[in-house]
Amino acid sequence: MAASPTATADRLVLIDAPPDKPRRAWPFSPWHMFLIPVAVIMLAPLVWMLILSLETSSEAQSFPPVVLPSGPHFHNYVTTWNSEPFGNFFLNSAIYSLATVVGNLLFCSLAAYAFARLRFFGRDVLFVVLLATLMVPFQVLLIPTFLIVKHLGLVDSVGGLIMPNLCSAFGIFMLRQFFRTLPIELEEAARIDGTSRLGILFKIVLPLSLPALATLGIIQFMWSWNDFLWPLIIIDTASHAPLQLGLATLQGAHRSHWNLVMAGTVMSQIPMLIVFLFAQRWFIRSIAFTGIKQ
Amino acid sequence: MPGVVLDEVRKVFPGGTTAVDQLSLEIDDGEFMILVGPSGCGKTTALRMIAGLEKPSTGTIRIGERVVNDVSPRDRDIAMVFQNYALYPHMTVQRNLAYPLRQQRVAKREISRRVHEVAEMLSLEDLLKRRPAQLSGGQRQRVAMGRALVREPKVFLLDEPLSNLDAKLRVQMRAGLKRLHGRLGITTVYVTHDQVEAMTLGERIAVLSDGRLQQLGPPQEVYDRPANVFVAGFIGSPPMNLLRGSCRGGRVRAGELEIERPGVPDADLIVGLRPESLQLATDGMPSLEFRVDVVEPLGDELIVHGSLAAELVAASGEEPPEATLSGANGAGLEAVARMSPRERPAERSVIRLGIEPADIHLFDARTGVAIR
Repeated sequence: MAASPTATADRLVLIDAPPDKPRRAWPFSPWHMFLIPVAVIMLAPLVWMLILSLETSSEAQSFPPVVLPSGPHFHNYVTTWNSEPFGNFFLNSAIYSLATVVGNLLFCSLAAYAFARLRFFGRDVLFVVLLATLMVPFQVLLIPTFLIVKHLGLVDSVGGLIMPNLCSAFGIFMLRQFFRTLPIELEEAARIDGTSRLGILFKIVLPLSLPALATLGIIQFMWSWNDFLWPLIIIDTASHAPLQLGLATLQGAHRSHWNLVMAGTVMSQIPMLIVFLFAQRWFIRSIAFTGIKQ
Repeated sequence: MPGVVLDEVRKVFPGGTTAVDQLSLEIDDGEFMILVGPSGCGKTTALRMIAGLEKPSTGTIRIGERVVNDVSPRDRDIAMVFQNYALYPHMTVQRNLAYPLRQQRVAKREISRRVHEVAEMLSLEDLLKRRPAQLSGGQRQRVAMGRALVREPKVFLLDEPLSNLDAKLRVQMRAGLKRLHGRLGITTVYVTHDQVEAMTLGERIAVLSDGRLQQLGPPQEVYDRPANVFVAGFIGSPPMNLLRGSCRGGRVRAGELEIERPGVPDADLIVGLRPESLQLATDGMPSLEFRVDVVEPLGDELIVHGSLAAELVAASGEEPPEATLSGANGAGLEAVARMSPRERPAERSVIRLGIEPADIHLFDARTGVAIR
C-alpha cells in the first residue's frame, strides 16, 4: 500500500494511501442484468419487423411464427413499391414533414421570442393558456380542426395536411424556455448597436439556438412523418396520401400480406433513421438541457 | 456644454422597488465620471437609463442639448461595454467589431478602415479571425471596448468592465483605460463597486447608496472630506474606524479619545479615524488604547486589526444615519490601523494609538452628515 509524504510545519508525516477498491468478479455491471433484457424487449418488434419483411407470404402468416425465413426475399420490397404509388406517398410525406418543420421553426420562434422577451399586457396569462392546450388531446380538436380546414377549402389536399400543423404549443414552449437561457446582455448590446427586434431574433438569437431548433425540427419531422390519424381524416384520394396512410392500404379487410406491410414499414422508417443519425447529437443535448440551463 | 445631464431622475420598478431616487447629476463633455456604490445602490440602473435600456419613471435625461427620455438606444449616439462583455459568440472578432457599423449601413470601405484602426489601437490585429470563446478574459474585454469605440460615440458607458478580470490584469487595464480616455476625450460614465477603480480612474466620482447621490466630487476631495458616514465608511480601504462619541461644551469625546473642537455644537457624534491616520502615540497627541488582535503584513505596511477603547459603530448604507450600536467594545466590529513594518506590534499586546486632531472626522450621530 503506497504511502506519500506530506510536510507540516514541524515534521514530515507519512500518510497511507486509501486501500484499493476490490476488483469486480464479473466483466460487466449488475445494471446490465436489467438493461439487457429491457433492450431485447425494445428491439424485438423492430427485429421482427425486419424478419417478416424478408419472409414469404405463407411464412409471414404461419403459426408458430417462422423466426428464420427460408431466404432473404428482398423482392418483397420491390413488390410493395410497385403495388401502390409509394413514390407519391414518399413525396407527400416529405412535403408534409418539411413544410411543417419549416413552419414550426419560423412561427414557433416568433411566438417564443415574444413570450420570452417582449413585455405586453396579458403575456403571462396567455402563456399559461398556451401551456394548458398541451393537455388537450388531439382527438378532442379533430372535428373543429376538420371544420376549419373544410371552410378553407383544403380538404383532401396536402395543404389541408400541413396548415393545422404549421405551429405547435410544444414548439413555442420549448423555444421560449431556451431563449430565456440566453444572456439578455447580448440582445441589449444588439439594441444599442442599432438592431431592430426582428433583427435581434434572426441575427443574434436564432444563430445561438441551433441545438433547440434542431431538436424541434427532428421532433416535428418525426411527428409529421409518422402521422396517421389526421391524414386519415383529411385525405380521400390515394395520390394525396402520405406514407403512413398509404401503408394502411396494404392491409386488407379480411387478409393482409404482412411481409409486404413490413417491407413497406421498413422503407418508411429509413428517412427517420437517417435524420436521427445525423442530428442525434443535438437532439439528446437539447432534450437534456432545455429548461434546465440557466 | 454638458455631456450628460440627469435631472431629478427616478426609477421605480414594477413591484414598488425604487432603484434610483431623485438623482441629479451633470457630467461635463469629455469628463470621466465614476458611479460608485455597493450592490443595489442604483448605479447600474442609472447607467442603463442613460443607455436607454430602462426608461425613467420621472425626471429627464439629456445627452448634449437633447432630451433623450423617449429616444431609442440606437439613436442616442452612445456605446456600452457590459460587465460580461456581451460579445456575439457566433461571430469572429472582426465581425463583432464591424457589427454596429453594418447596422448603421456604413460603407464597407469605411467599416474596414475603422475596424482596423480600432484593432490596432487595442492590439487586436492578430485576433480578428478568432471567436470570443477562443479569447482570454483580457482579450474579450478589449474586443468589447473596441466594439464600443468603433462607433465613435458621444458617450461611452462602462458597466463594471474589469470585474471579471484577475487582479494583475485589472491593474493593467485600469491604466490602459485611463490612457485611452486621455487620448480620445470621450465623455465616459463608468460604474463600479470597487473604490480603488473609482479613486484611480475618475475625474469626479458620484457615490450612490439606496438610489440616492451621497456625494459628488474629485476622488481626493471625497476621500479627504466625506460628506456623511456612509461615504466615510465606503471610500477608503481599509474603511474608516467609526466611534460613538459626543460633544459637550466644545470638547469632543469618543471613549478615551478627547479633543477640543470649539464651534461644534453639543450633540451625539460619530467620530471617524482613518486607519492610516492612526500612529503610535507621542506626548501631547490625542490617543486611545488599542488591543492588537491580528497583524497582516503586506510588505510595505502592516494592517493591524484589533479593538479600541471606544464603542465602534457600523456605517451601513441601509440603516438610518443613527448607525447601529454594536455593543460594548464593538462586538462583531473591529478597528483597523495601518502601520509601518518597523513599528510591528505583537499580537494580543496593548498599545496606544494617537492621531493628529486635524485628521479626525466628525459626523452628526442623528443625520450622519459631516460636521466641519
